[in-house]
Amino acid sequence: MKIIATDRKGKIHEIDGNDGWTVMEALRDAGLPIAAECGGACACATCHVYVDGEWFEKLPKQRAEETDMLDMAVAAESNSRLSCQITCTPTLDGLKVTLAPE
Amino acid sequence: MSDDATIETDVIIIGAGPIGLFAVFELGLLDLKCHLVDILDRPGGQCAELYPEKPIYDIPGIPIVTGQELVDRLLEQIRAFHPHFHFSEMVQSLTKLPDGRWQITTDADTTITAHAVVIAAGGGSFVPKRPPIPGIENYEGKSVFYAVRKMEQFRGGNILIAGGGDSALDWTLNLAPIAKKLTLVHHRDGFRASQHSVNQMRELVNEGKIDFHVASVKALHGEDGVLDGVTLSGADKTEWHHETDALLPFFGLTMKLGPIANFGLNLHENLVPVDTEKFESTTPGIFAIGDINTYPGKLKLILSGFHEAALMSQAAFRIARPGEKLRFQYTTSSSSLQKKLGVN
Repeated sequence: MKIIATDRKGKIHEIDGNDGWTVMEALRDAGLPIAAECGGACACATCHVYVDGEWFEKLPKQRAEETDMLDMAVAAESNSRLSCQITCTPTLDGLKVTLAPE
Repeated sequence: MSDDATIETDVIIIGAGPIGLFAVFELGLLDLKCHLVDILDRPGGQCAELYPEKPIYDIPGIPIVTGQELVDRLLEQIRAFHPHFHFSEMVQSLTKLPDGRWQITTDADTTITAHAVVIAAGGGSFVPKRPPIPGIENYEGKSVFYAVRKMEQFRGGNILIAGGGDSALDWTLNLAPIAKKLTLVHHRDGFRASQHSVNQMRELVNEGKIDFHVASVKALHGEDGVLDGVTLSGADKTEWHHETDALLPFFGLTMKLGPIANFGLNLHENLVPVDTEKFESTTPGIFAIGDINTYPGKLKLILSGFHEAALMSQAAFRIARPGEKLRFQYTTSSSSLQKKLGVN
């Protein structure tokens, strides 16, 4: 699947998301500046992304742990997700995300 | 160069995370004494700060251990070597002395001199997360505070607290009785903080003693770093002006490299390049181990850091004890090592 990721300067990147990888891993693998300090343990909120438009609704619901951790994100919005908690699947082909500010 | 206040030791370790702690062990086996400096108020680094309760499955020989358990076990393992900890301090400068030793100073004016310095700083210093509000840095220390050092400073103030974790709720409850007006804002009407604190906060809202809004701070207004108001944005994106004279954002900690960037270590993407024989930086006597270093094939794993600590220690010994022969021994068979460990 492909992920359409907008970086913090507004540049759009089309990157590969291998099935089973997390979106955070795909972003990191593509060299985008995502801190992901805790390495994907849902413990730091530094892989925070905004999910564009209708894609937000299509994602599997976030677990309570992620909802809680988003409280530690500095600029959370109603379409905020932690990219380490979204798994790449064929149904998410074309997923659009924007890196949240650091 | 050194005066009475200067601490002298064999090795200074910057960072008291798992790798810094294990370095104490490896250096200790070689009779090298250590002082550790860490910006956190306790040992453990990321293991203690980010994931104390998360299980780790890739520590050799320990099928499952939580971050905090690993730290506790490392502390037990190094107890016999009596490491000295300097917590809640950040190393500010690193200087080479005329006699070839190294001297560091911290932001608490601690000065330590040693034969070698080991940077085991992981992702850098843990510092409070700064909300991405334009110009916020101009208000920090005057009207924007990431911690409460003296509660009295906020007596009679019109305070705005942002966040939904335990710190945000705890300070809401603590400051409510002394503030003239207190407002809490959070991006949702739900909180990560303990239910007890949340209940208490909601009670204060019901009694009209404090305000709570589902909102976030978009802009700061004031002059010369003194705040007189902010722009808040609600869940439906409507914006309004809110008068306040202090903003306290509580979004936890993040890692920033900090003063290490100025130590002249030829950093590569905020990492310290080292060789894989000694894990020494391009500056002789300055070593880097764990997540902070980089070399071909580097993996950011705790187990890699442990290996790096062992090899670094051999090299640090040769610097700290020139002319002495390094006797390589096993803890299993060496009675002298067992004596050092206090097990024999």
